[in-house]
Amino acid sequence: MSVSSVFPQLEQLLPRVSKPIQYVGGELGAVVKDWDDTTVRWALMYPDAYEVGLPNQGVQILYEVLNEQEDVLAERTYSVWPDLEALMKENGVPQFTVDAHRPVKAFDVFGLSFATELGYTNMLSALDLAGIPMESADRDVTHPIVLAGGHASFNPEPIADFIDAAVLGDGEEAVLEITGIIRDWKAEGCPGGRDEILLRLARTESIYVPRFYDVDYLPDGRIQRVVPNRPDVPFRVAKRTTMDLDAWPYPKKPLVPLAETVHERYAVEIFRGCTRGCRFCQAGMITRPVRERSITTVGQMVKEGLEFSGYSEVGLLSLSSADHSEIGDMCSGLAEQYADTNVSLSLPSTRVDAFNIDLAQELSRNGRRTGLTFAPEGGSERIRKVINKMVTKEDLIRTVVTAYTNGWRQVKLYFMCGLPSETDEDVLEIAEMAHEVIRAGRAAAGTKDIRCTVSIGGFVPKPHTPFQWAPMERPEVIDARLKMLKNAINSDRSLGRAIGYRYHDGEPSLIEGLLSRGDRRVGKVIRRVWEKGGRFDGWSEHFSYSRWVEASTEVLPEFGVDLDWFTTREREELEVLPWDHLDSGLDKDWLWQDWQDSMSEYEQDDCRWTPCFDCGVCPSMDTEIQIGPTGKKLLPLTPVTNLRVPA
Amino acid sequence: MPIAFSQGFSPHPKISYASAAPTGVGSEAEYLEIGLQREVDPAELKVALDAALSPGLDVLEAVLAEPGGGSLADRIDASHWRLELPGVEPAVAAEAVAAFLAAPEVLVERMTKQGRRSFDARAAVFRCAMTDEPDLPSGAVAVPCAIIDLVVRQVIPAVRPDDVLSGLRVVAGLEPPVPPRVTRLAQGTLTAQGEIVDPLDADHVGASASESASR
Ligand code: B12
Ligand code: SF4
Repeated sequence: MSVSSVFPQLEQLLPRVSKPIQYVGGELGAVVKDWDDTTVRWALMYPDAYEVGLPNQGVQILYEVLNEQEDVLAERTYSVWPDLEALMKENGVPQFTVDAHRPVKAFDVFGLSFATELGYTNMLSALDLAGIPMESADRDVTHPIVLAGGHASFNPEPIADFIDAAVLGDGEEAVLEITGIIRDWKAEGCPGGRDEILLRLARTESIYVPRFYDVDYLPDGRIQRVVPNRPDVPFRVAKRTTMDLDAWPYPKKPLVPLAETVHERYAVEIFRGCTRGCRFCQAGMITRPVRERSITTVGQMVKEGLEFSGYSEVGLLSLSSADHSEIGDMCSGLAEQYADTNVSLSLPSTRVDAFNIDLAQELSRNGRRTGLTFAPEGGSERIRKVINKMVTKEDLIRTVVTAYTNGWRQVKLYFMCGLPSETDEDVLEIAEMAHEVIRAGRAAAGTKDIRCTVSIGGFVPKPHTPFQWAPMERPEVIDARLKMLKNAINSDRSLGRAIGYRYHDGEPSLIEGLLSRGDRRVGKVIRRVWEKGGRFDGWSEHFSYSRWVEASTEVLPEFGVDLDWFTTREREELEVLPWDHLDSGLDKDWLWQDWQDSMSEYEQDDCRWTPCFDCGVCPSMDTEIQIGPTGKKLLPLTPVTNLRVPA
Repeated sequence: MPIAFSQGFSPHPKISYASAAPTGVGSEAEYLEIGLQREVDPAELKVALDAALSPGLDVLEAVLAEPGGGSLADRIDASHWRLELPGVEPAVAAEAVAAFLAAPEVLVERMTKQGRRSFDARAAVFRCAMTDEPDLPSGAVAVPCAIIDLVVRQVIPAVRPDDVLSGLRVVAGLEPPVPPRVTRLAQGTLTAQGEIVDPLDADHVGASASESASR
């Protein structure tokens, strides 16, 4: 049975909404297939506005991997703004894909990518608009399988009632395996209905199906245990790891949007994983081990990606790009190849050392100098030991001053507030550091014309990190510290004028904390917030702290817990955590030891350069570190004349 | 294609659009000028651009701009539109059109960059008439559906089809139940006879000459 486009109905509404172009699709790189020629059909969603969601790498990769299969169709859908949502409800237009404007409800799988928990309410809007029952328990064989992926799915318990399944970790192979299982099941005539297909997925031992697990609670509100409620599913569900990134050079055909988006560039992941061991960083913990893409594959991807898309910006992405074993040759090689073109290259890096500046220098050869960013994350040397971000104050100042002497006039410094064991003094040291940077920078550069920006956000403890047991700081305390810091920066008027100050309030972080370490009971809060109108929680103009507090107060007392219980409470070693049955490979004893080490300010080295410290990931996931150098170099390309700018 | 870029810190491709259609309307006749670093075969340019553009955005023709021929903007002083009003009885629309044409001036309001402005939508209208041509450019099927044929001169501030629709509301209270579907059919120089001359005509002779020269 074919499925028709909802565009004729949608088009009527478009003149009445803001930025209608985001809903029309038609991007370069988009794929539209005949519905009837395919057997397994995916709707992939990034649950945020198109302008944020379109550039998302994860969705672009899976979209391409799936569409390369002949009998598979994958389309994309994004959150619609409240103006269109209201009109769609009024006129009965369902949640649609932007590719062929098909109703999401007609697909076999509705896959959502959660880079952040703040997209949960948007998922509920999409389900509601799609006409898919909000809770998994109410769906039947005609409804798509609602599947969550992305970093937040490492603790999907708060959305356990709304999703049917979750994939932890890398998606490239997972989506193909899921496709195979659904293909077979459909070919057999969908035996056993919805339960059977979910069971087949669960039996892979790496797809989590919440309905097959029961959670029991202790009288004090803590979890007693999470156990399978049937014999044929695994006790623990393991994450996925895509090995050999050279074999998965996606995206090959990056999407080029017609509407304006947050990033308009070709992004290439130069490696996955990070073992620097920053204790706050969930991404670093759950994506181990490090797997590099080789210099030659990166070179090839950049060449072909630019030819396909016409982008004039390339981002070399990873969690700490300067750490790639071939980064020097990669940067000089690419800079060489694109020297006479209007292509600019950028390298997001959080490393605080002179090497970072060398690389930036290399990349700005054609005169386009992008900003330099350093992320010391903690204000005092003590707190930097706590979070395992090893850099001394002297090194930091020396590095920033080197940037100024090399011609940079503006650097950004990133910090966090509310870290475990943090005091006012730790935060106030940021002001001292910033003053010192400007003072030394002026002296070294011989000019007053230098600036630095201090950006500071609230720390959120995340599952599968050593800080998963840590108490959060109260928003009032965070806000007071942020204010104190601002005053301290401005206490010297001459220096203060050269320092920009950006901060995020404590309140949104607290809610992010509720969602990241929440359990199934938090799902009721999410639903309540959504019913009260909560949408787009990642946007300060839409986020409402009081709505979340009210909903928590209405819903949680029934369970004998509250918002503080989930956020500002420190957990004990033996407490069963909501995600203990979800296996990121990290050994819980190792995480606990690292948490203890953190409190005694003991630092942990990187296993790329020192022996394995037994975090548990490689043996339990049967993976290994994959790094170079390969010894290869980027050969000069035939000049890229098409992109040459006239002199 | 060897698109030329502006100089400066963040170079922009040299593309200029001549009287682009407003958001939300269809068009069969948009024109733009592209600066190139070197001469290319216009036929090749047409094919390459068409391949990269979205479905529905079709490059119909490319010609080399003749030196001294003046810019595109100089060759466009009027636009021909088709307005489909699904759910509106043709007779009702005809009455509104007659009232509009009979008025010496029809003041309408629109938000502009300078804020809300009031201006005359009547004077710029060269032709406004009902048509019963069965071919709807938008491909929509709705019964009833009034169709208006409209030629508007380019003036400042611009009078757009939605301003004329506002005018029909002002003079006759015409309120279409669903958003009308508007399509631009042509634009160019308006002759005394009321015909619109394709702005590329001026380049056609020279273009074919240079095309054969490059072969
Ligand atoms: C580029 C980027 C951005 C861009 C995002 C543009 C975009 N739309 O993607 C911008 C600047 C907008 C951004 C914003 C934010 N970001 Co950001 N961002 C990144 C960065 C540098 C790269 C992300 C990326 O492309 N990764 C590569 C792709 C391929 O990985 P992936 O998306 O995870 O997808 C894979 C799997 O997860 C899986 N998968 C993903 N989705 C799905 C779905 C299904 C169904 C399945 C089966 C599998 C699956 O398959 C994919 C392929 O293997 C990362 C750091 C990093 N290097 O990872 C941080 C990072 C993801 N961001 C982060 C954060 C916190 C944010 C913000 C919340 C910051 C803030 N406080 O405002 C916002 C949230 C924005 C939003 N509303 O979504 C954190 C996430 C924290 C965590 N959970 O660990 C990261 C890890 C940085 C960090 N170290 O802290 N970010
Ligand atoms: S298991 Fe060892 S080698 Fe693998 S990521 Fe952990 S510490 Fe590194």
